[in-house]
Amino acid sequence: MTEHDIVIIGGGPAGLAAADAARKAGIEDIMILEREAYLGGILNQCIHNGFGLHTFKEELTGPEYAVRYIKMIEEENIPYLLNTMVLDIGRDKVLTIINRGEGLTTIKAGAVILAMGCRERPRGALNIPGFRPAGIYSAGTAQRLMNMEGYEVGKEAVILGSGDIGLIMARRMTLEGARVKAVAELMPYSGGLKRNIVQCLDDYGISLKLSHTVVDIEGKERVTGVTLAAVDEKRKPIPGTEEHYTCDTLLLSVGLIPENELSKGAGVQLDEITSGPVVNDRLETSISGIFACGNVLHVHDLVDYVSEEASLAGTSAVSYVKPRKEKTPSSQIKIKAAGGVRYTVPQYLDAENMEDQVKVRFRVSDVYRDRYISVYFDSERVSHKKRKVLAPGEMEQVVLKKESLAKYPDLKQIVVCTEVE
Amino acid sequence: MEERELICICCPLGCPLTVRMENGGTTVTGNSCGRGAEYGKKEVLSPTRVVTSTVSIKGGDFVMVPVKTREDIPKDKIFDCMEEIRKALVSAPVSIGDVIIADCAGTGVSVIATRNVRKTEDI
Repeated sequence: MTEHDIVIIGGGPAGLAAADAARKAGIEDIMILEREAYLGGILNQCIHNGFGLHTFKEELTGPEYAVRYIKMIEEENIPYLLNTMVLDIGRDKVLTIINRGEGLTTIKAGAVILAMGCRERPRGALNIPGFRPAGIYSAGTAQRLMNMEGYEVGKEAVILGSGDIGLIMARRMTLEGARVKAVAELMPYSGGLKRNIVQCLDDYGISLKLSHTVVDIEGKERVTGVTLAAVDEKRKPIPGTEEHYTCDTLLLSVGLIPENELSKGAGVQLDEITSGPVVNDRLETSISGIFACGNVLHVHDLVDYVSEEASLAGTSAVSYVKPRKEKTPSSQIKIKAAGGVRYTVPQYLDAENMEDQVKVRFRVSDVYRDRYISVYFDSERVSHKKRKVLAPGEMEQVVLKKESLAKYPDLKQIVVCTEVE
Repeated sequence: MEERELICICCPLGCPLTVRMENGGTTVTGNSCGRGAEYGKKEVLSPTRVVTSTVSIKGGDFVMVPVKTREDIPKDKIFDCMEEIRKALVSAPVSIGDVIIADCAGTGVSVIATRNVRKTEDI
């Protein structure tokens, strides 16, 4: 068994930023474990641009954004293991790992940072009738096949779901000479960023059919066509609205789910809404010394926010391993999502030990116009800000300040909600 | 006077822009930054985009190298550029920023690599 002060599971954007922040905060002994043959995670297949506007003040492609962080890790000589899979996080933070060189080994970690990212929701979770022919891909799988492995995934496609990966793939397939016939979205609004509707669909005349879904998939060996239908407000298909599309490919861009098998095995408490760990303002999970960041914690819309969040996980892990000051007795103030706010991350705040500022990130549950985002300390409203448009596809945030919390020593609960007025 | 409503694509904020064209001049409102004002103007006069894609690479630790146009190119040249990008074939090693196609499809803009690809025998 080897030992390391901080072990980071995952060498994608979250893991790399956490490692960089932990080293800058003064910890020498860090180990990153990555199951792929390269660092950078999902950014490697996100060859489109639009990354890094917050972090680097310039527009980068995914691989370029990844390289900036990989360079930092290499310049700081932070060790990492590639082609290495973590099988289990056991008691006392002993990790069981496996790779070709060493076989099955264990690592004892002072602190663990979970940065495993997320997975795509598969067809099996959707209950679409029809055969199971070739030609049905989750959008991210198709993206990997095209951008990293150089395959053509299909010639005529229909895309179900208007998440950002689906929109990006609509453009990507069009550029590679395929015909994308329609993007169908079950909800009455898109799940992706507005800019992607413009530059991926509108630019190429691809129609976005809101409140539509796939009701049939045809083809036995290979997809030969799909049937779309409009849905009512209960998301049930409306008979008589069926439209048939011939195609050889169906892409699914129907949501991402944090990948928490390891967290579950370790006994980390998970949030039912985010499917990620429940954390406090230091991004510490229900098990002390295990931290979480990035898409394993909750699905982000921007990698820049992942990097920022992961830096906090990195510095928090450092203060756990190397406490600077005596920890004052801690409090657990619940941060509650209400009135149109689906969830918050973090879910708890420790007012005694918090940083000067804590960012609470959240998503809303519907598209709202001219609504206020409000924060309540128990029953008192302490913040009330009007927003023109709020959409579930875009992550929002409020900032809690230590100085304002100091005025409420007996605070039990913080509520983040939307309000009409 | 002509007016056009646009969604800015410069960053994920996606600001709703209104571009007014009058007497040969344009004014942009609704933007939250200078990039938005510039985008609004360009989008009504001569829209441009950065094109990203991949090019096959021989003898490297990846089989495809991701590329982009170094700057934005006229929108109506996107498919001409893609045609050249699709035909291109390069050999490893390639470094970020290396020119893969100079002056792509007569746009005067080069297509450059956006990842390092190492030669297989160097690994």
